Amino acid sequence: MLTVEDLTVRFHHRSGAATAVEGVSLTVGQGEIHGLVGESGAGKSTIGASIMGLLPAAGEIASGRLMLGETDLRALTASEAHQIRGKRISMIFQDPQTSLNPLMTIGDQLIETIQAHEEISTDAARARAIALLEEIGITDATRRIRAYPHQFSGGMRQRVVIALALCTNPELIVADEPTTALDVSVQAQVLKLLRSLARDRGVGFILITHDIGVIAQVADRVTVLRGGRIVEQGETRQVLTAPEAPYTQALMAAVPPLDHRLDRFHLPVVVGEETETAGAEAAREAEDWLREGIGSAAGPELELSGITVRFHGERQGFFGARESFTALDDVSLTVRPGTVMGLVGESGSGKSTLAKVVAALVQPSSGEMRLGGAQLPFMRTRHRHHPSRRLLQMVFQDPFSSLNARHRIATILGEPLWLYGLETDRTRRDRLVRSMLALVGLPPEAADRYPHQFSGGQRQRIAVARALLSRPGLLICDEPTSALDVSIQAQILNLLKDMQSRFGLTTLFISHDLAVVRQMSDDIAVLQGGKLVETGPSEPFFTRPAAGYSQDLLANTPRVRFDRSVA
Amino acid sequence: MAVFILKRLIQSVFVMLAVAFLAFSLFSFVGDPISQMTGVETSLEDQARLREELGLNDPFIVQFARFTGDMLQGNFGYSYRTREPIGAMLLDRLPATLELGTVALIISLIAGIPAGIYTALNPRGVLSQSMLIATLIGVSIPTFVIGILLIFLFGVQLGWLPTFGRSGTVEIGWWRSSLFTVDGWRSLVLPGLTLGLFQLTLTMRLVRAQMMEVMRTDHIRFAIARGIPWRSIRYRHALSNTMIPVITVIGLQFGGVIAFSIVTESVFQWPGMGLLFLESIRFVDIPVMSVYLVVIAFFFVVINLLVDLLYLLIDPRLRVREAA
Repeated sequence: MLTVEDLTVRFHHRSGAATAVEGVSLTVGQGEIHGLVGESGAGKSTIGASIMGLLPAAGEIASGRLMLGETDLRALTASEAHQIRGKRISMIFQDPQTSLNPLMTIGDQLIETIQAHEEISTDAARARAIALLEEIGITDATRRIRAYPHQFSGGMRQRVVIALALCTNPELIVADEPTTALDVSVQAQVLKLLRSLARDRGVGFILITHDIGVIAQVADRVTVLRGGRIVEQGETRQVLTAPEAPYTQALMAAVPPLDHRLDRFHLPVVVGEETETAGAEAAREAEDWLREGIGSAAGPELELSGITVRFHGERQGFFGARESFTALDDVSLTVRPGTVMGLVGESGSGKSTLAKVVAALVQPSSGEMRLGGAQLPFMRTRHRHHPSRRLLQMVFQDPFSSLNARHRIATILGEPLWLYGLETDRTRRDRLVRSMLALVGLPPEAADRYPHQFSGGQRQRIAVARALLSRPGLLICDEPTSALDVSIQAQILNLLKDMQSRFGLTTLFISHDLAVVRQMSDDIAVLQGGKLVETGPSEPFFTRPAAGYSQDLLANTPRVRFDRSVA
Repeated sequence: MAVFILKRLIQSVFVMLAVAFLAFSLFSFVGDPISQMTGVETSLEDQARLREELGLNDPFIVQFARFTGDMLQGNFGYSYRTREPIGAMLLDRLPATLELGTVALIISLIAGIPAGIYTALNPRGVLSQSMLIATLIGVSIPTFVIGILLIFLFGVQLGWLPTFGRSGTVEIGWWRSSLFTVDGWRSLVLPGLTLGLFQLTLTMRLVRAQMMEVMRTDHIRFAIARGIPWRSIRYRHALSNTMIPVITVIGLQFGGVIAFSIVTESVFQWPGMGLLFLESIRFVDIPVMSVYLVVIAFFFVVINLLVDLLYLLIDPRLRVREAA
C-alpha cells in the first residue's frame, strides 16, 4: 500500500546541508504495523514527516519515491497533498495533552474533521463520531462528545486523538511515539487498540518509537534506523529473535531486562567502534577527596514514618471547605544504609512528591523523618544551614533545565564546595572540579564550557558530579534517565551504580521503568495513588510480587523478548 | 462561576479602597486646602471656622471614612477653581474621553489584529517586513510628536481636517456625542488616530508573536495532519487560541487609552477628562485631581472584571470543571 523507495531527506542550514535520512526504503501493507525504531537523531520522525508532506521549511526530499497505492506523494501540489492528509494518511502525535485544540469540544473537532473530507450532514457526522468513540473504548460517548479535551484523562485523550486520526477512514496512520507520554498500563491498552484497529479495519500503521519493547508488543515488521540509514529490516519476530546487525544486537542488549538482574548495564557499543576513554589518573584526586570526606562507612539510613501530604484544591463554594487532595497517605519506609531503594509507581502515584518531602521542597502535614538516626526536620523547619542540606543531594530528571544555562560548568560545580565550606582555596576548588569531571567520565576541559554545549547524557553526568561534590550521604535520583536514549541511559545508570557502590551512598531511586529499577535497586517500594502498596527486597519482588497492583505493573511492562501474548 | 465573580468583586473593592486612600492622601500632603481656598484677606478666625466646618480637624481616619462615604453616594465635592460640583464637571467631560478612547481602540483593533495575523502567516513577505519596520517607527515616536505631525499634515498643509477642538456635537440626554455628525467625526479622526497608533502597533506585534507560537503547537500540526481546511485551521483553531492572552492586554490597553488620553487631549485641545486633569494640575485643584484618580482606577477595575468574564466565555478550561 505504502511504498517508500530510496528516500533521502536533507536539511538546509546556514552552515550548509545535513542529510537526515539516506536511502531508506520500506513498505507498509494493508493492516500491517511497521515499526521504525532508533535512538534520537536516527531520522524516524523525519521519515514520518516526509510521508505526511509535513517536513519543516528547511527540510527537502532530495531523492526517492513515495507511493501511496497508485498516488505519487511527491508529485502532488501543496493543496492536493493537504486533501490527502486526513483523507488517506493521518497521524497520531506523541503528547495527548497538547495535540487537541483546548477551546473546542471533541465532538466539534471530530465533526469538523469528517466534514473536511466528505459531503455529509452534521448530524450524520456526529452519529459516526459517537459510534467511533464507542468502538475505541470511550463509554457514554453520546454525552462525552460534548466535553472539552481537558475533561479527559491522558489515556482517554490519546483515544480521542486516535479517533480523530481514524474518523475519515484513512488507509495509513503515522503514529509518532504514540505511547511515550503514557503510563505502562495505559500504554498497553493503547497498543492493544492499535493492534485491533490494524486487524479489524485493515489500517496500515507506521509506528515510530525509541522503545524496542513497544515494537515487540505490536509491530509486524520493523526497521532499525541509525543516523538516518537502515541498519536492519524484516519481520519483527525475525529481527528481535535473531538480530543480524551488530547495532540491533547492541541496541537490544542495552535495554535493561525485566526478568533478571545484571551487574552492569550493557552499552550498545558495536564491536570495533570507539570505546570510552578512561581518565583514571585525573580522577584520582576527586576520588581521594570524596573518600576522605565520606569515609569508608556506608551512607546514613533514611527512615520515613507516616508521611502524609495534602494539597489544597479549589474552594467548593465561597464558604465551603477546600477540597484537599492527598498526594501521600501514611507512607512509611526505610532505606537501609548504603543501599538503593527503588521507588516505582505510575504518574500521580506520589513518587516525586516523596522525593520532594525528603529534600524539603514540600511540607508534609504529618509524619516523621530520620536521617542516620537524627531527626530530619520538614521543609518549614529545616533551616538553611542544617547539616542535611549538604548530606542530601538530588539528581533531577531533566538535565536541560536543572543546570543554570548562564553559568560555566566550573561555577556550577564549584558552588557546593564553597557553599558548604568544604574547600576554601580557589585553586584547589578548581582542581577538584576538573578531577571530578574526569571521575564522571568527562574531559577536565569541560569545566570551561556552558551547559548548552553538552548533550543530555553529558549534562546528566555533570548533575551527578555536582551532587558528589558536596560529599553527600544520601542521593535522590528522580527519573534520572527517562529523558535519555537507551545507550545513554545505560552509561548514566552504570555511572550512578559505580558511584553508589564505590562511596556507599544511600540512594532513593525513582523511576517508572521497572526494568531499570530491577537493575539498580536492593529494595523496592511500590506507590499507588499516594499509598504504599508493597515494599521489600528487590529480587523476591520481581520473581513473586505480592500485591495485585504490583503484578499488573510487571505484566504491563513491555519486554524486548519477542512476545505476542499481550496483543 | 458565581464564586469566581464574587472573588473578583471583593478583590476590586480592595483595589478601589487602596486607590481612594492614595487620592485622599493628596489632600493631606499636597498643600493645605484652607490656604488654597481663602485669600490673604481672610481672617484667621474665619480660617479656623472654615477648618472646623469642613471637618479638617477630625482625625485622618474619620476624614478618610467621610471621603469614601461621600464618593460612594456620588458626592464628589466641589472644585477649588470653578466652585462647581466635580461630579457634574466630570460627567460633562466623560463622553468626550470615552468616545475618543473607544474610537482609538477600535482603530487599533481593526488595523492591528488583521495586520498581526497577516504578518504571522507570511513572516518573510516584503509587506510583512515593511509593516514591522513601520510599526517600529510608530512605537518609537512619542504620541505628542505624532499628533503634531498629523495636525501639520492634515490640518495645516492639506487643510482637510480641523486642527483642534470638538465640534458638531449632538446632545442625547446628558451625553454630548460627536458620533452623529460629519463635523463631529472630522474632529475625531486626528486625535483618535494619534491615540490609537501606539495601541495599534502593540496589538499587531502581540497578535503576530502569539499567532506564530500557536501555529507551531501540536494541536495545529495535528489539525494540518488531518487535512482540516486551511481557512479553518487559521481562523477557527489558531485565532481563538491566539486571542486568549491578547484579550487581557487589549483590556488593559483600553484603560491605558483612557488614562493616556491626557497627552492627546492636550495636543488637540480635546475637551475630555484628561484636559480637565491637566487644567486642575495647573491650578492645584486637588479635589478634581483626586476624583479623577479614583474614576480612572474605577475604569481599570471594571474593564479587568469584564476581561475576566470574557475569559470564562472563551476558555472552557476555566469554567466549572464538570465530571467527564
